[in-house]
Amino acid sequence: MSREEILRRIRAATADITSPPDIPRRYQPAGSPAGRTDDGLADRFAERAGDYRATVRRCRAADAAQVIADAVTARAARRIGVPQGFPAEWSALLPDPVPDEPPLDVAALDSLDGVVTTCAVAIAETGTIVLDTGPGQGSRAFTLVPDYHVAVVRTGQIVAAVPDAVAALDPARPLTWISGPSATSDIELIRVEGVHGPRTLDIVIVAD
Amino acid sequence: MTFLGMPGAPRGVGQLRQREPFPEAAAGALGDRQLRRNLGHATSTIRAKRAAAVAEVADWEDLRAAGAAIKDEVLAHLDRYLVQLEDQVAARGGTVHWACDANQANQIVTDLVRATGQAEVVKVKSMATQEIGLNESLSAAGITATETDLAELIVQLGHDTPSHILVPAIHRNRSQIRDIFLREMPDAPPGLTDEPAELAAAARAHLRRKFLAAQVAISGANFAIAETGTLAVVESEGNGRMCLTLPRTLITVMGIEKILPAWRDLEVFLQLLPRSSTAERMNPYTSMWTGAAEGQDFHLVLLDNGRTATLADPAGRAALRCIRCSACLNVCPVYERAGGHAYGSVYPGPIGAVLSPQLTGVADNPDLPFASTLCGACYDVCPVAIDIPAMLVHLRSRVVDDKRARHHGPTPEAATMKGLAWTMSDARRWAWALRASRAGRLLGRRRGRIRNLPGPLAAWTVSRDLPRPPAQTFRDWWRTRPLASQRDAATSGLRSEERATREDGAVKGEWGGGWGPGGERGK
Repeated sequence: MSREEILRRIRAATADITSPPDIPRRYQPAGSPAGRTDDGLADRFAERAGDYRATVRRCRAADAAQVIADAVTARAARRIGVPQGFPAEWSALLPDPVPDEPPLDVAALDSLDGVVTTCAVAIAETGTIVLDTGPGQGSRAFTLVPDYHVAVVRTGQIVAAVPDAVAALDPARPLTWISGPSATSDIELIRVEGVHGPRTLDIVIVAD
Repeated sequence: MTFLGMPGAPRGVGQLRQREPFPEAAAGALGDRQLRRNLGHATSTIRAKRAAAVAEVADWEDLRAAGAAIKDEVLAHLDRYLVQLEDQVAARGGTVHWACDANQANQIVTDLVRATGQAEVVKVKSMATQEIGLNESLSAAGITATETDLAELIVQLGHDTPSHILVPAIHRNRSQIRDIFLREMPDAPPGLTDEPAELAAAARAHLRRKFLAAQVAISGANFAIAETGTLAVVESEGNGRMCLTLPRTLITVMGIEKILPAWRDLEVFLQLLPRSSTAERMNPYTSMWTGAAEGQDFHLVLLDNGRTATLADPAGRAALRCIRCSACLNVCPVYERAGGHAYGSVYPGPIGAVLSPQLTGVADNPDLPFASTLCGACYDVCPVAIDIPAMLVHLRSRVVDDKRARHHGPTPEAATMKGLAWTMSDARRWAWALRASRAGRLLGRRRGRIRNLPGPLAAWTVSRDLPRPPAQTFRDWWRTRPLASQRDAATSGLRSEERATREDGAVKGEWGGGWGPGGERGK
């Protein structure tokens, strides 16, 4: 009923529009050349993620387990949730890993000190990581309820800009775009990090 | 101009209408020094930040042009895109509902919540649900809705209304917020200070139990992709993620204009929105989901509530491009001083002045198109290039047409203009009227300004002061001068005018004909 009524109203309201607009896409599309070398992208991503007060560490693949464990220890965290599909060689040195297998319920997640995950893609220009609940990333709740999140990014996953990320992602999957720890500016426009999402975000960039 | 068969947002529900004339509502705000300080600080801070965030993007104007055109494409084929969106959401296990207006939407949501057997829901900040007064409707049905955005929580606990699209509690400072928390939040720590970090921590603790136990959430949406059925919510605090992820049932209420045609279009809007809105390269969290994600029960409510009426006006429909970034509020000299509450509607500032009257019909918000200086700053910052000043002028004419259509006989304004025309078209009448204006010197003796004119003339001074008339009119003064100096002044005036005409080809206007209507000049 309402459906047909709304569609009828729309058709009547737009009857005068005869030529739909051309969409000028003169902006920089996906695959633009700016900073395409892997090193340049990783530098920029590290700088921009740092601007949002995520703590960024960089390492070679061989050192990843140690650097991840160091990050966790530096936060005085012990019980760290480890999702299905997270590379075993990266979680090997965690003090007290808690496997998300079977998936932890909300209460169990709430009792963790933090979680460690991989990501689907990372954006250099904005310092963003995107999770798509794929292997090594856990459910959406997995990276939300605990107060501390360590995200591991391989340099090959870093793209230059937002259009590259949109092109690389699958909209059929639930997606979470994360740029720094949760924040609010609702009180006098003063930025406060850490409201409801994880208050602490560490990023480890592993060279491919 | 009326649009037959296109009803606007109904009266008696929601928050889209002025409760008092804008000048009266603004007068209260203008007299509140604390409010003006809060607003001035907040708007100037975010103005500077936005300018920096935008300046960093080399192709900003190209993104803006694309954003405007994509939204125009949506509006041109809105019927097709809505049906496509519905198909995609349904194919992925979601249920789509259609609501012609606020009452229908509130009923649909109330029924959906009742069907879950729950009496409590958590909410993500949503302009659409404020527009329709959903919380009040749920409350009348015995359902408690808790706002989870920090600013919305401040507004809700303060028994207040939002005054800004992005930062709804912009009118409150930190000590006011602390007082509200101590008064209204039973679990607020007793020694709570007014440090923003401490206040945010108190809100986190207060809401955390609710999040972890919530069974039903209600959200709005920033974007809906017709091609894929994907919905997107853009936020900062993580309360959005909590609501969208943890509860079993998710109900999303969305204006029908929120659609983007294709997945790819997000590459434009995820650049335009964060930088225009919070002045960030990217907001902390954006959630996207398609249909029933991770086993949730998902309902999408598509809301008209005056949007098709807006769509029917070719000179007004571009207001539906709006992505609610609020950049226009922060640059508006009227908003900066009057604040959001003066507009009456949940949509304040320049965009509210063009959107609210179109959603309700101009008769219900007749002052809003006039609540602007037409300075054009709003157009300059709009990420989807809505020409708000031109639209304001258009809506002013709709307000006048509407008044004319409903009044039998001339309106007071029309009568005044007619009287003025009669007076000004005759030299003697005009000279007499000018001299008579000196009677006005009886007023405003103390301040040198007239704050209240008597009788029907009072309408003029509702929103402005009038200078006290001088003791002598210009004409009388002119006549007292010696004849020779009159002639010199007149000829030198003419000479400079001829020069101007030669140099820039300016058309000789009425200025050359004399100082007053009727061509009377010093004799």
